[in-house]
Amino acid sequence: MLRYILNRVLGMIIVLAIVVTVVFVIVRLAPGDPAALMLGPDAMPEDVVELRARLGLDQPIIAQFLRFVGQIASGDFGESIFFDLPVLEVIGQRAEPTIFLTLFSILIATSIAVPIGIVSAYYRGGLFDQGSISGAMLAASIPSFWMGLILQQYLATDAGWFPVSGYGGPDASFADRMGHLVLPSIVLGVVNSALIIRFTRASMLDVLSDDYVRTARSKGMSERRVVLRHAFKNALIPVVTVIGLTFALLISGAVVTERVFNLPGIGSLVVGAVLRRDYPVIQGTLLVVAGLYVVINFLIDMVYLAIDPRVRY
Amino acid sequence: MAASVSAAMQVSLWQVLIQRRSVLIGLIILAIIALAAIFAPLIAPYEPNAMSIRDRLTPPGGQFLLGSDEFGRDVFSRAIYAGRVSLSVGLGTAVLASLFGVLLGLLGGFFRRLDGPISRLIDAMMAFPDILLAIALVAALGGSLFNVILALSIVYAPRIARVVRASTLVIRELPYVEAAKALGVSTPNILVHHILRNIVSQLIVQATFIFAYAMLAEAGLSFLGVGVDPSTPTWGTMINAGRAFVGTADWLILVPGAAIVLCVLSLQIAGDGLRDALDPRLAKEV
Repeated sequence: MLRYILNRVLGMIIVLAIVVTVVFVIVRLAPGDPAALMLGPDAMPEDVVELRARLGLDQPIIAQFLRFVGQIASGDFGESIFFDLPVLEVIGQRAEPTIFLTLFSILIATSIAVPIGIVSAYYRGGLFDQGSISGAMLAASIPSFWMGLILQQYLATDAGWFPVSGYGGPDASFADRMGHLVLPSIVLGVVNSALIIRFTRASMLDVLSDDYVRTARSKGMSERRVVLRHAFKNALIPVVTVIGLTFALLISGAVVTERVFNLPGIGSLVVGAVLRRDYPVIQGTLLVVAGLYVVINFLIDMVYLAIDPRVRY
Repeated sequence: MAASVSAAMQVSLWQVLIQRRSVLIGLIILAIIALAAIFAPLIAPYEPNAMSIRDRLTPPGGQFLLGSDEFGRDVFSRAIYAGRVSLSVGLGTAVLASLFGVLLGLLGGFFRRLDGPISRLIDAMMAFPDILLAIALVAALGGSLFNVILALSIVYAPRIARVVRASTLVIRELPYVEAAKALGVSTPNILVHHILRNIVSQLIVQATFIFAYAMLAEAGLSFLGVGVDPSTPTWGTMINAGRAFVGTADWLILVPGAAIVLCVLSLQIAGDGLRDALDPRLAKEV
């Protein structure tokens, strides 16, 4: 088991190293001088030279890469050209809406999808099952920003049930800020519930035909207990993996949904950074988000190892 | 042997199309939208960019079938023309991502030495949320139509590569591949004729989904204003332009949005039906 954990840690470090390399390459794909691009067409030549030196762009590409890796390893993600602040600080300032939007949508997606998946599997082939499969497919076909725009109009602007947009202003209380995330989270949760419905259903179908479920039934146990205690508990494991994997989907959805609801999160930060050519921010955000994804999925694997005795890799 | 397996698969693909009503319906809807886009100049009642300030924001019905926008342009005509770009991005990405993905997947699955590095590369690429990676790539490459397709292909190629690699690992060990090796068939020949031919149907299923994801992603990029040039009508840019008029002229976002949903849904129905038909084990589970 220790060997497995060590292997997984090593694998994770290699993947993180590739993530860092990919990010380094992407930013250097831009044709022309990144320093000149960042400062715009009106920049003074001496400013461009100064920025090139500051970013190390005047050095050979290998030296640039080693410097980049060294900086990342020591937790230095560079400085935002626009904000004139360390990138990690800028990301930290914008992280709250994105983190809570992602968390709330996972909660909403799971609480919609898991019961639907269970009932669907139980009544496999029935009307409910067919309806839920079609519904899941439809949900997965709707662009989240489009659904956001429609619900924003009808539920927020017209009906007044939710705040229309924004994050409640600079002095807003925590509760007020979270209130602004309810509608965006519903949008993102519904759209992303599709994958979890399908996985819960498939995983339940697998488990429901297992011997121990038949044994539980033959002992005269109530159906409710069989399904929830015996079957669902074991079907949960693949479902947890999918919830981990939806993290990347949700971040993608959050980037676009934030724009619909004018939330000052990571999504709007990146889009702003692209329009302002603030490469260190684009690069830093990619690193943080992809890094988090790798670490979260590693931790989920470790949780398995702890809770599921069948996992003996 | 490989040829006959492949022929059997091709037969089954045709049978799937005929027998599975869902696949057929999905493909018919998609074909109608695609034909409308291809023959846009014949079908569209107006030039997509023809402005008529006098007729701005006219509701659907009457002179404009699906209404007009803030410049008095016909929404129906624009939606048909926009379909050309949106579908091109979807199709282009599906094809290019398949090319990259097949190359990576075959190499990783067939050559043990390359498997480790390629698998880690796939893992690393899949750690990036698709829109975020696409935004960064488009920002670096520039926002032309081809660059959007290239960026989305880089984003989705790892998904294809993962499936191709897994299948190649299995097929590599089959007796007929061993036999081909023993007969001295060259490696490129084995890769193309014995392995690739046998994963074509799986590849088509994956490419169908990538087609759908790419259309959603393109719409997202255009909505954020970081996709293709905003003056090019795509369904995403139409929604982005129409958002200022939600509540007063809902048709400006409803029409392009419905077009996206219809296309993506029909692709998903077709992809799902194909997958179920080609893999009876999955048909039972999913």
